[in-house]
Amino acid sequence: VTSHRSGRRAFLAGAVGGLLSACGWDGGSVVRPRLQAFSRFNDWLGMHLFSGSRLAPTYDPGERSSSFPAYHISGMTPTLADPASWRLDVGGLVERPVSLSLGEIRARGELTYTVKHHCVEGWSAIATWTGMPLRTLADAVGVQSGARYVRFDSFDADYYNGWDIESALHPQTILAYAFNGEELTPAHGAPLRVYAPHKLGYKLTKYLTRITFTDERPGGYWEDQGYPWFGGV
Amino acid sequence: LSPGETVKRHHWVVRATHWCAAVLIFGMVGSGLQIYRAYPRFGDRGGPLLPQPFQDVAFPGWARLGGWLAGGLNWHFFLMWPLMLVGAIYVVSLMVSGEWRKLVFRPRDTGSAVRMQLYYLMLRKDHPPQGKHNALQKLAYTFILSLGALSVLTGWAVYKPVQLSWLTAIFGGYQAARYWHFWAVWLFVAFTVVHVIMVLVADPASLRAMITGTYRGRFTRDEP
Repeated sequence: VTSHRSGRRAFLAGAVGGLLSACGWDGGSVVRPRLQAFSRFNDWLGMHLFSGSRLAPTYDPGERSSSFPAYHISGMTPTLADPASWRLDVGGLVERPVSLSLGEIRARGELTYTVKHHCVEGWSAIATWTGMPLRTLADAVGVQSGARYVRFDSFDADYYNGWDIESALHPQTILAYAFNGEELTPAHGAPLRVYAPHKLGYKLTKYLTRITFTDERPGGYWEDQGYPWFGGV
Repeated sequence: LSPGETVKRHHWVVRATHWCAAVLIFGMVGSGLQIYRAYPRFGDRGGPLLPQPFQDVAFPGWARLGGWLAGGLNWHFFLMWPLMLVGAIYVVSLMVSGEWRKLVFRPRDTGSAVRMQLYYLMLRKDHPPQGKHNALQKLAYTFILSLGALSVLTGWAVYKPVQLSWLTAIFGGYQAARYWHFWAVWLFVAFTVVHVIMVLVADPASLRAMITGTYRGRFTRDEP
């Protein structure tokens, strides 16, 4: 009986001691990849909680936040040497790949909404975004049935994101060219960026260059380093 | 039964869930403080902030789990599953065994809670008669179970503020849900401190009972 008890005591001390020593630590090379792998379960759950028709709450433009942080991964704010020659390439598993100028994108559709932005860091801010629904573009290029994911590429160093197709085709997912009623500035991803109120900020690729519909799950700049892949709110 | 006798006190399910929850909550607080570091305040950008004593406080490394934001998130979003599971198993076991009757505080326990408090404040000499738990313990355990439920609900409100926007709205919006989720941490910490002190000071035999299941202390009688 005594050895039984001391065994239990040792187990308890080990469990508590293990957690104590874990503090301030990321889990190391053994635990960290396993936690990251487990994150795929939460991605799966996020996809099931997500509804392609449930709209994020919208706000009055008068409720806009007075400040809205912006970031990029390049050393300097990414800008185009020749903005007039910029084009968005849309390809992958589509019937009719296209290359569009900003004017063509503006002409193809416009959706404006005022929504709350959620950053993975925990901050939030309300702003108005205007852009062409990605769904409109998807219909135009004829997305093939095998396309389960979308990859967004940018000219902000090697920043990119991978999305599930359901989130990409949500009616509030847009290719935004205006912020708070004004033309998108370089800080916010000019000339074109992805925007959606149902994803965390790091999923909303700025400085867009290419959209690829694919059957293979793309990673992402932050996702490859350990941030949750689905990133839906 | 007379005092000093040995009684069976806690079912193994209760003991296992108690210690699992203790370790898991420890990990949830550590990873939560790591996540908090990324935006240590509550309120929309450019807007008014909700008052709290830890605004812009960076908690020390020893109190954090995960190393960086992504690490903290991955710990938090993993540990939340076993913790919710353990909580659910415990609540179901309370229901099935009928033990909730000895644990849940009800309005009729008020008078007895006051007498118990008077005793602890040394305004009353003799210890009021008690069964497995006295009225103050019932109040504390009912409180901590409610706090667990609040933590889970505010947690989901922060995790999915668009898909579960109705839940987020109940707590006053995204930043307010973060705020209540954060306050729950300090109530857990405060409860744990008082809980450990009371176990050691008032009834050390109850620690052994929570480990082995057998109680050999002062309060062996059934409901008075």
